[in-house]
Amino acid sequence: MYVAVKGGETAIAHSLDLIADRRRGDRDLAELSLEQIDQQLGLAVDRVMTEGSCYDRRLAALAIKQARGDLIEAIFLLRAYRTTLPRFGDSEPLDTARMVAERRISAAFKDVPGGQVLGPTYDYTHRLLDFSLAVAADRPAAPTAPADTAHGLPHVGDILAREGLLEPSPAASSERPADLTRQPLGFPADRPLRLQNLARGDEGFLLALGYSTQRGYGNNHPFVGEIRYGHVPVAFVPEELGFAIEIAEIDVTECDMVNQFAGSHDVPPQFTRGYGLAFGHAERKAIAMALVDRALRARELAEGADSPAQDEEFVLAHSDNVEASGFVQHLKLPHYVDFQSELVVVRALRAEVEARQQAAEEHAALAQAAE
Amino acid sequence: MSAATLPSPLLSARNITKRFGGRIACHNVNFDLWPGEVLGIVGESGSGKTTLLNCLAGRLTPDAGSVIYETASAGTVDIHRLSEARRRLLTRTEWGFVNQDAREGLRMGVSAGANIGERLMAVGARHYGEIRGSAADWLARVEIDADRLDDRPTTFSGGMRQRLQIARNLVSGPRLVFMDEPTGGLDVSVQARILDLLRGLVERLHLSAVLVTHDLGVARLLTHRLMVMQGGAVIEEGLTDQVLDDPQHAYTQMLVASILPV
Amino acid sequence: MPDINMTEGAYNYAYLDEQTKRMIRRAILKAVAVPGYQVPFGGREMPLPYGWGTGGIQVTAAIIGRDDTLKVIDQGADDTTNAVSIRRFFAHVADVATTTRTEEATIIQTRHRVPETPLKDGQILVFQVPIPEPLRMLEPRETETRTLHALSEYGVMQVSLYESIARHGRIAKSYSYPVQVNGRYIMSPSPIPKFDNPKLDRSPALQLYGAGREKRIYAVPPYTPVKSLDFDDHPFEIERWTECCAFCGSTESFLDEMIVDDAGKRLFVCSDTDYCEGRR
Repeated sequence: MYVAVKGGETAIAHSLDLIADRRRGDRDLAELSLEQIDQQLGLAVDRVMTEGSCYDRRLAALAIKQARGDLIEAIFLLRAYRTTLPRFGDSEPLDTARMVAERRISAAFKDVPGGQVLGPTYDYTHRLLDFSLAVAADRPAAPTAPADTAHGLPHVGDILAREGLLEPSPAASSERPADLTRQPLGFPADRPLRLQNLARGDEGFLLALGYSTQRGYGNNHPFVGEIRYGHVPVAFVPEELGFAIEIAEIDVTECDMVNQFAGSHDVPPQFTRGYGLAFGHAERKAIAMALVDRALRARELAEGADSPAQDEEFVLAHSDNVEASGFVQHLKLPHYVDFQSELVVVRALRAEVEARQQAAEEHAALAQAAE
Repeated sequence: MSAATLPSPLLSARNITKRFGGRIACHNVNFDLWPGEVLGIVGESGSGKTTLLNCLAGRLTPDAGSVIYETASAGTVDIHRLSEARRRLLTRTEWGFVNQDAREGLRMGVSAGANIGERLMAVGARHYGEIRGSAADWLARVEIDADRLDDRPTTFSGGMRQRLQIARNLVSGPRLVFMDEPTGGLDVSVQARILDLLRGLVERLHLSAVLVTHDLGVARLLTHRLMVMQGGAVIEEGLTDQVLDDPQHAYTQMLVASILPV
Repeated sequence: MPDINMTEGAYNYAYLDEQTKRMIRRAILKAVAVPGYQVPFGGREMPLPYGWGTGGIQVTAAIIGRDDTLKVIDQGADDTTNAVSIRRFFAHVADVATTTRTEEATIIQTRHRVPETPLKDGQILVFQVPIPEPLRMLEPRETETRTLHALSEYGVMQVSLYESIARHGRIAKSYSYPVQVNGRYIMSPSPIPKFDNPKLDRSPALQLYGAGREKRIYAVPPYTPVKSLDFDDHPFEIERWTECCAFCGSTESFLDEMIVDDAGKRLFVCSDTDYCEGRR
């Protein structure tokens, strides 16, 4: 005799115990500390902060630990926490010209004022597994040079813009950009909103879309005008003071893309811009974001917009990996009632088709017999 | 006792001008279209005829000028000053638009019957059998086999898709039909049959139409009046037979002379 | 062991801060004022994933109070894992009484079913909605679907129903069956089986629909006409079974089909567990 299965509540409780146990793993091994994650898995922390829209290395490290290394899960944790935080206001826009850069390169020019500073990068490593990393050992510190390139690096883009070769940066607006964490996304979306969406967007998704433009799906002839990575101050104007104070210093990666544009009858040809920004050291994300930003400007720049990366609704509606992960994985939830409805329909239709075929056969048999 | 009212044009174009950047696509076009008239716009590619058609049909907004239409029961309207809602309703009921590529004017993913029935359903038809009946009726009128009613246009030949597009437009009994190269890209024999079909339908249903074509043979067969465009301007106009038999402008003469005798 | 990680800062009543609740309530009021119209709202990240009912949870969190009694069901049952999870969430953050009895609940949050027990004046039914836009599968663009709703251009929906009849001989849609609300907006009733659609028509209860990921709220006020779309000669029909519930004998309720042994033996049981138990 079938008995309805109950016990969902107990099952959930046990499930939570199980994942906590698995997360800890072998008790003979040292438990990961947040400091270790922050330091030694720093690029993961950078990504979680960027897509979690929250600059806090410790919280991001905690999220990674709690998610046992699943970065999208960690991003979800951080965002959910962020929702509960009280807000004091908005900072002033970051002035990346004031960045103390650890790394700054331009692909468009052989040399630039302030110099090409290679800094820390995986770009020229040989991807050979280094087995010396398999055991803990003393690692030598890197020698440092005086930071003479560190201050006041002018943006390469500004130099081009002064000549009129590159469209100027959009003028600063006094209007506060809409906040995607507070308001729903609407279309058409203006550029500040699109950039916000892309900054929070999944790196893999943007990478694929950016890649697609390079392969011909909406190519916009990109050149890296500049990539810079380093720390910038965050300025805030408290109401009581009425002037700006620096409340923090954060690491960001910025990418200025330079793209081709055909001039029109009235406008002499100019290069156009794409822009990418990420927390921490995240060049792949910043470049991909700049490629997609530029692709989404197709409508504004009166270019044909028929590739996926140029399709605003397609890109912006699907870039959020927390939304995507939730909906994709929700398919695991019980759907047996909807499925039951479908079963009823399919069975009825099958019965009708079979009945028709049966009738047709009988008719044919009769017709044959009659001959 | 009401004063005698003069009949008014169905469609009037006043100084229609459209630019794309620095290029003038059409310039100061003026005409009146009367009920039951078929107006042809001919010219080579780049003459501005398609741009003009799109401005007339409300698909493009002209940079200058206006398009005035006499509606069935709501007086005269300026097409580009209408709300989007009213303009969309107009295009679905009183107007038709036959695209050169039938795929742009059809729902390729649903059956022929659904394609034809859509305008009826859009204005409230709710009896499946009747909708299907009307669709079947129209399928016959455009000479498509009745047993194709449930087939999708993806399985149709180019000529059949064009007939289906015509049926989809005419089912709502429009008063004015815009046509952009309705037989472009089709085999010569297929073209001939569709032209014949169109001519019959236009006559029987007393349709008014604006027809864009680069093919003077099509113009001769279907249109009452003709406008010849070159470089965005109307360089000659008049009754079709007159323009084609006795072209005045050098460009028109060149066009007429270059028709290959078959 | 606590699964909701309460840090030192206590959460506001029902988790959402008061500003957010206010924002959601304004959206609900707009929704009630225009039955069936999808109101965009600034959905927040919730501690449950998108797709797990965050829209329903936000609606419930915005309206729930200490005097309420909450019932949560999924597929009609109170004890499916996600219903349990959501009920525990509210018990924790809203300190509210919960129940499995439909008659005792003031707020019922549901995924994919309407309770069999008829609802009463004063009850609120909160639906979890995955895709709020009934035209979405016919027209993927939001900009276009908003225009179609605004202009009442619903031809494309009727075309899809026509096509279903042409292909299958009947309208083959079984869940998320589109309805017209108050003679105006076409609405998705969420993935409830069409069996439940008639319960929405002029229900004495207030129906609230929340889509968290898509960030839309819509509503049907009590006693509002809700009509399932059809053709005059192919009228709307609900599912029927030849079997009855193996537990309570009901021939009136939606039955779940269960495969009980390797030979494929089937048992049919009421999907609404509370309704079923009440009859035994």
